[in-house]
Amino acid sequence: MIDPGVSTRIPLEEYAALLGEGEIEELRALARPLRGRSIEMINSTAVGGGVAEILTRLLPLADELELDVKWHVMTGGEDFFEVTKSFHNALHGAPYPATAQDFEVYLAYNEGNASRLLLDSEFVVIHDPQPAALIEARKNNHNYWAWRCHIDLSRPNESVWNFLAPFVAKYDGAMFSSPAFARRLPIPQYLFYPAIDPLSDKNCELSSNFIEGVLARYKIDPQRTILTQISRFDRLKDPVGVIRAYRIVKRYFDCQLVLAGGGAPDDPEGAVVLKEVLREAESDSDIKVLDLPAFAPLEVNALQRASTIVIQKSLREGFGLTVSEALWKKKPVVASAVGGIPSQVIHKQTGLLAHSIEGTAYQIRFLLSHPDIAAKLGEAGHQHVKENFLITQKLKRYLTLFLAARKGK
Amino acid sequence: MDRATTPFEFNAVSYLTRIGNQSAETIAELLQGLEECSDASIFHHTFQTLGAHHFLTENFSNDFAQWAMADANRNDLAEQLASLDIRDYLSIAALRHDLCRIVGDFCATSPALAGRSALERFYFCEGVEVTVPVGLQATTLDEFRHGIERLSHAGFYFHFISSRLRLQLQTNDFSYWLANSLDLKTLADSVNRIDIYTNTLEGTRARMLRLIDRERRKS
Repeated sequence: MIDPGVSTRIPLEEYAALLGEGEIEELRALARPLRGRSIEMINSTAVGGGVAEILTRLLPLADELELDVKWHVMTGGEDFFEVTKSFHNALHGAPYPATAQDFEVYLAYNEGNASRLLLDSEFVVIHDPQPAALIEARKNNHNYWAWRCHIDLSRPNESVWNFLAPFVAKYDGAMFSSPAFARRLPIPQYLFYPAIDPLSDKNCELSSNFIEGVLARYKIDPQRTILTQISRFDRLKDPVGVIRAYRIVKRYFDCQLVLAGGGAPDDPEGAVVLKEVLREAESDSDIKVLDLPAFAPLEVNALQRASTIVIQKSLREGFGLTVSEALWKKKPVVASAVGGIPSQVIHKQTGLLAHSIEGTAYQIRFLLSHPDIAAKLGEAGHQHVKENFLITQKLKRYLTLFLAARKGK
Repeated sequence: MDRATTPFEFNAVSYLTRIGNQSAETIAELLQGLEECSDASIFHHTFQTLGAHHFLTENFSNDFAQWAMADANRNDLAEQLASLDIRDYLSIAALRHDLCRIVGDFCATSPALAGRSALERFYFCEGVEVTVPVGLQATTLDEFRHGIERLSHAGFYFHFISSRLRLQLQTNDFSYWLANSLDLKTLADSVNRIDIYTNTLEGTRARMLRLIDRERRKS
């Protein structure tokens, strides 16, 4: 069992200072009928990636509301994570000739984990495809099982989805980050946004001294325009496309590009993509490719706060929490209209959307030419995140799901 | 009347968004969806979305108008859809009727445009509402002010906007209680007239508190 630890525990009162006392009282009121109820969260990695990050922040808050929440990480060998990474890409639409052996590896690890885990909590929430088959180990029909899918299932590779769908259909409900990701399933499907923690190291206020120190460490000039994309080195985040968009912008504006990301234990492809990015960037000293450790929240925070514009030029995206992180810091964002990004970037209201390398470059040029509009978008984006994408809202959605499940809604 | 016999009970409210099976790629399909979708879906895309995006006080009214503008690229249709004021409606059926009339007129006069694919599909969703008492009651104007001040955005919206559908009256929970339990009809009317389309929820709350304070000074 993972214990997020004392270091991540922030009293709810500190959120009240930021969001208002009423928001916290509402959380307490919604949690009251669920006090002492057991909840189990299961995913495939304890560090790196958005899911682990959310759970790390969410669980201490749920604990403070006196919910009995446990977090388990499924175990697996390299062969399992190779298969599930391929599943992940395939479910995002990449071609993948899945073999019977792949499915056997997947099922064997799920069975192994099922025998290790109790899976008897009143509410069991399974995150993403890796542990989806744990539903086969459901011991009785009295508890509520929900599948939380964080990836874009709008155009999945059929062979992989057809394999997973029968497991998903056995859940009581499924949650997706966008309505476009929902599939035709015989169970209720809900919209669940991921969330950021405004008080975590990644999003809290930082001193200008600290930010300057980080920029100096990575040889980034604070006096010049800084364009930044924060994401894992993953082809679906299109870091090479970002470099090409930057090169178009560079014809018109003096600027630097920061591509910063870290790896995750369940992503064996990262090192390969990083090499591709370094190859694309090598002749330009204004491109800073930063291979950050898996857990470098203060550095990410500082880089986002120092940015003139934040980019998220993903080709496919589950949600793209880095967008909310940037908006929370009132940064103007230019992002691809894929996955959950349009939920965060309402075009011309909270940021600008693009559909190509050229479109990305054009929107960046537009914002660099109109800093007043950029500032207004950043301000509206901050409000949008405050209302919809903070960890307190996430907790509220879970409470609502569990309350609705108890009432049979 | 200084003290009400029936207290005002403040509620906490939360909505779960249930994703429906209907979606629309064209304006003609949007019309079909509007005709067939559930009442909960109409509620979600009009009442609920205005609460969720209250801070966008320019060019945002409901999801149908936003989709017509941003995805179907029809500003003319978007303007008409955005002009609907949800406070005018006491039933979802009446609101659905007007939405269908506007989109139906567009389809009748511009059938070719109505059949064009939008950039992104419109997905019909529903709101699943859960309410619980927040544990705060008011029997005097002072207690009422205290409750208004402490209420969450969602709770404020629940009592001030979506209450119209529950009450089936051109008023809201706050005004209804002020008029009927504290006999403060002028204050109730002033509160009911605050424009939620051009104010954020915080702005609306601040205006309401100012109105209450003015009333308190009178006594």
